[in-house]
Amino acid sequence: MQSNEYLPFLSEIKDVIKHTDLEYTFRLTYKGNVKPGQFFEVSIPKYGEAPISVSGIGNGTVDLTIRRVGKVTNEIFERYVGDKLFMRGPYGNGFDIGNYKEKELVVIAGGTGLSPVKGIVDYFCSQIEETKGMTLIAGFKTPKDILFREDFGRWKQKMDVILTVDSAENDTTCKIGLVTQYIPRLNFKNVNEATAIVVGPPMMMKFTTQGLLERGFHEKNIWISYERKMCCGIGKCGHCKINDTYICLDGPVFNFVKGRQLLD
Amino acid sequence: MLSRQFFLSCYIIYIIRLLNFEQGEFSYVYGKKGCFYNITLVTLENIVDAISFIDIPKLRHIKRERGVNMGYCLDKYGFNQVLNEWSKEYIVYAPKIFKDGGSFSDTDRISYGEIHTVEEIIFDRKSDYSFKEILLPLSQTLFFFTEDMVKEAELPPKGTIILLRSCDIHAVKRLDAIYLENGCEDYYYKRLRDKVKFILIGCQNSFENCFCVDMGTNRTDNYDAYIEIKNGEIYVDNHNDAWKALFTACSIRTPDVVPSYVTENKTHVHIPDGITPDIANSKIWDEYDSRCINCGRCNFVCPTCTCFTMQDIFYTDNGKVGERRRVLASCMVDGFTDVAGGGCYRKKNGQRMRFKVLHKVYDYKKRNGYHMCVGCGRCDDICPEYISFSNSINKLDAAIKEVSGNAVK
Repeated sequence: MQSNEYLPFLSEIKDVIKHTDLEYTFRLTYKGNVKPGQFFEVSIPKYGEAPISVSGIGNGTVDLTIRRVGKVTNEIFERYVGDKLFMRGPYGNGFDIGNYKEKELVVIAGGTGLSPVKGIVDYFCSQIEETKGMTLIAGFKTPKDILFREDFGRWKQKMDVILTVDSAENDTTCKIGLVTQYIPRLNFKNVNEATAIVVGPPMMMKFTTQGLLERGFHEKNIWISYERKMCCGIGKCGHCKINDTYICLDGPVFNFVKGRQLLD
Repeated sequence: MLSRQFFLSCYIIYIIRLLNFEQGEFSYVYGKKGCFYNITLVTLENIVDAISFIDIPKLRHIKRERGVNMGYCLDKYGFNQVLNEWSKEYIVYAPKIFKDGGSFSDTDRISYGEIHTVEEIIFDRKSDYSFKEILLPLSQTLFFFTEDMVKEAELPPKGTIILLRSCDIHAVKRLDAIYLENGCEDYYYKRLRDKVKFILIGCQNSFENCFCVDMGTNRTDNYDAYIEIKNGEIYVDNHNDAWKALFTACSIRTPDVVPSYVTENKTHVHIPDGITPDIANSKIWDEYDSRCINCGRCNFVCPTCTCFTMQDIFYTDNGKVGERRRVLASCMVDGFTDVAGGGCYRKKNGQRMRFKVLHKVYDYKKRNGYHMCVGCGRCDDICPEYISFSNSINKLDAAIKEVSGNAVK
């Protein structure tokens, strides 16, 4: 008989990185293959399960950046190093690094949308010679919402990084503005070949992809990742379905040629 | 002359062997001129006669339909004996009456439950709820947990026999497509499904709101046994070798039993070919914004709706111990798409209706090659707002014209 995908395994919290009051990264033990953009179903008995995307891949660990916004995540925030969480996964297709190698790449992320693409940014940060030019545009609501602050310094040394916030009171260290306004200013050696990854809230993705197309990007060179409610992660529960597409099975990462057709 | 007779005899014997007919049965097909009681005594005359009557495709068809088994006629006492025998190994589920359990006050509900006698089975009405609750329980415990341990819920030791109509047997194929073929096999579905036997209930007449003929689900050969009730007697066509002896022992006659099926419904649907994703922009969906009250009953009665939500419960006596269940979910009901942090897709009821209709008659087919809807009409029967699903299908034609008109403008 086949294995029971619904039975979770225990994973130990190795580290907790606090980004904001609401967003922590939990470093959890996990042995096995995992790709950036994939997700785990993380659960705490009594409180339920939530799909959380992988924000970093270490040696024997995965990072899950969790936003404290619901019943399950509230409870997860009560846990600390040495405690254990139940997990199952990884699920979803994830990003295929090969699509971006030897090409110019711009990664545009909004808010927690930075989590699923962080693995890509990390990869090219340490293997910058594998890209023909890399830009990261990360947007947050306010300076206190910024995630992965300590990583930005490292990234800045290797690639062009634009860190921007929608608004900031009494803070002049950040650029202010929406991620979309930086797109027209980007320079590319060959925009016909340049690739882009866009992840964030629905409106941000809509206008960002629009901006990229106006900038001359080809649809086939843009990838996006969707966020949906998922109760199973394995194509059964139906919550994540859009048209004939199951986000958990066929995504959450989509080439824009397909992704643009997915309308709720 | 003799050699020709010999050749023809061989030919007939060959056909009989080929089709695994017994001599008595062969007469059923040959019929018109009487029987070949002894194949060795055939004369040239009746061989020629026979050959002109033998309709090979018909022979094959009848054999295929009937398998290699005979039909049986049982009285109620005999069939109850069969049920009694089955109950040792199986739980038998059939549509039965739940007194005062209907949607309106003082009405009964017909839905699936365990039965022990043929008298409990409702043959003359459509079940309000489908068989799917047996394979996908409304609430199913997946495992039990403590804070640091999980233990899988056990499977009931008995197998399952389900009595259901043709449309519902077609629905099983849809459930299988989601739970066995869409991604990995579902552990909990698979282990129940492996132990299920299906008994087809014949439909002599179409019920209200049925449109199985247009959906192509009015017939099926895919059953372990077929059952219909006529003048207080139960007619069975058995396909399951393991039950042969039981039926033989309990039957009063062994007539030929050919499944009844509906060939005409009052309700018709036409699913147009030219649907495109643009149809989402049509105005036909707007009326459901106000008409639909998103109660989700259409999903719960549908034999092909398969969505579920995870639910953790814990015991009041010991708050550290509990269980994880999956419970049936509805794409019409609030909360179906809610993501943490307040995100929600398809807020309007019209959008949800569009999602459901197109899933049933458009996008499921794109993924699986055939329509999801089986035309049982239960959603029409149950809707408290009298929304007709078949009507909403029939509006698609106009919607296509409307959105293609928009594109031209």
